[in-house]
Amino acid sequence: MYDFAYQKPASLADAVKALGADGEAKALAGGMTYIPVLKQRLAKPSTIVDLSGLGLTGIKVEGGKVTIGAMTKHCVVAASAEVKAAIPALAALAGGIGDEAVRHRGTIGGSIANNDPAADYPSAALALGATIVTDRRSIAADDFFTGMFGTALEQGEIITAVEFPVPTKAAYEKFRNPASRYAIVGVFVAQTSGGPRVAVTGAGQGGVFRHSAMEAALAGNFSAAAIKGVKTSPDDLNGDIHASSEYRAHLVGVIAGRALAKAG
Amino acid sequence: MPQVTLTVNGKQHTVEVENRTLLVEVLREKLALTGTHVGCDTSQCGACVVHVDGISAKSCTMLAVQANGTSVTTIEGLAAADGTLHPMQEMFREHHALQCGFCTPGMVMSAIDLVNAHPAGLTEQEIREGLEGNLCRCTGYHNIVKAIAAAHPLMHAKA
Repeated sequence: MYDFAYQKPASLADAVKALGADGEAKALAGGMTYIPVLKQRLAKPSTIVDLSGLGLTGIKVEGGKVTIGAMTKHCVVAASAEVKAAIPALAALAGGIGDEAVRHRGTIGGSIANNDPAADYPSAALALGATIVTDRRSIAADDFFTGMFGTALEQGEIITAVEFPVPTKAAYEKFRNPASRYAIVGVFVAQTSGGPRVAVTGAGQGGVFRHSAMEAALAGNFSAAAIKGVKTSPDDLNGDIHASSEYRAHLVGVIAGRALAKAG
Repeated sequence: MPQVTLTVNGKQHTVEVENRTLLVEVLREKLALTGTHVGCDTSQCGACVVHVDGISAKSCTMLAVQANGTSVTTIEGLAAADGTLHPMQEMFREHHALQCGFCTPGMVMSAIDLVNAHPAGLTEQEIREGLEGNLCRCTGYHNIVKAIAAAHPLMHAKA
């Protein structure tokens, strides 16, 4: 990888300042995606600002929502009795990211800020109608994800927490690439106070997206039977050596059905 | 040049690194602890797994500067000073849980963390899922799983 300067600020204000002062500086959370990117020389940041000294960890459940600090590791969310009780689908999703060693270092904030098109957490944030809290504002998940690897974050803006409203029902299912184990298609379904929401990861050319046709079909009947026959267009889906866009379109229906069956 | 101080297998070291230096490079090239292997270099194979503050981590996907101030245990740090093997190493030997041996250091380090994290016991399925991040190109998984199951009661035996 190319060399870079390294800073590990002790306060959020200092981290925001370090990132804001230099357009080529980049924040580092757990590094489970970004370090591989650096190793492949796909990025050349001037400075790495390590966020691990800021705290920003912890899980709180109150007022009908689960708030998770941005630097909370996947293994902590997966093992949290509070998350398991409030949104078991979210704990299960965290426990299915990567492998044990990856879950020991990867963070929710890093996953959401990166918005990898095959990442798991963005689908939970979108389907549950999460709010992404940063050092300067709160952003609804519907406005946050702006395309593959794209988010509404400004240069130097740091996610501090993610708030998930507790749904009535929810489940996540994914079809993994047998080698990389990333989702070829992942679907998070949720019955929320605002109605059913369905978010699809792994499949879209623009990253995670909501499946409005399925959401409409689920209104009034939140079950796998309700989405039978709902078509997914392959036009905006990824096609690669692992799966064509037509195959992914088919999988979206299958995996959504499995998620709905699991949600009960 | 940046300096990092880390405790490796109980001994403190201060080494000069570049900011881009990986933890595994410090272990292998600066400290000559070549038991930790680099297999895939893409975070998938787990041959580089070490314990950072007691928790398994892929040392090829961690910067040395991120490990500053931590305590790292490598495969070289498991056996007692008199050469008595760690129970996990002993069970890997007992059950012939290796063929070429390349993945073994990472397997052993992941396995120890897995057993530590599940004091109540581990099913075969849990062992297999726990090893998702460790690949054996010889496909010698059966005996690895047996070794881990056998090591569990030894590691959690009342002293």
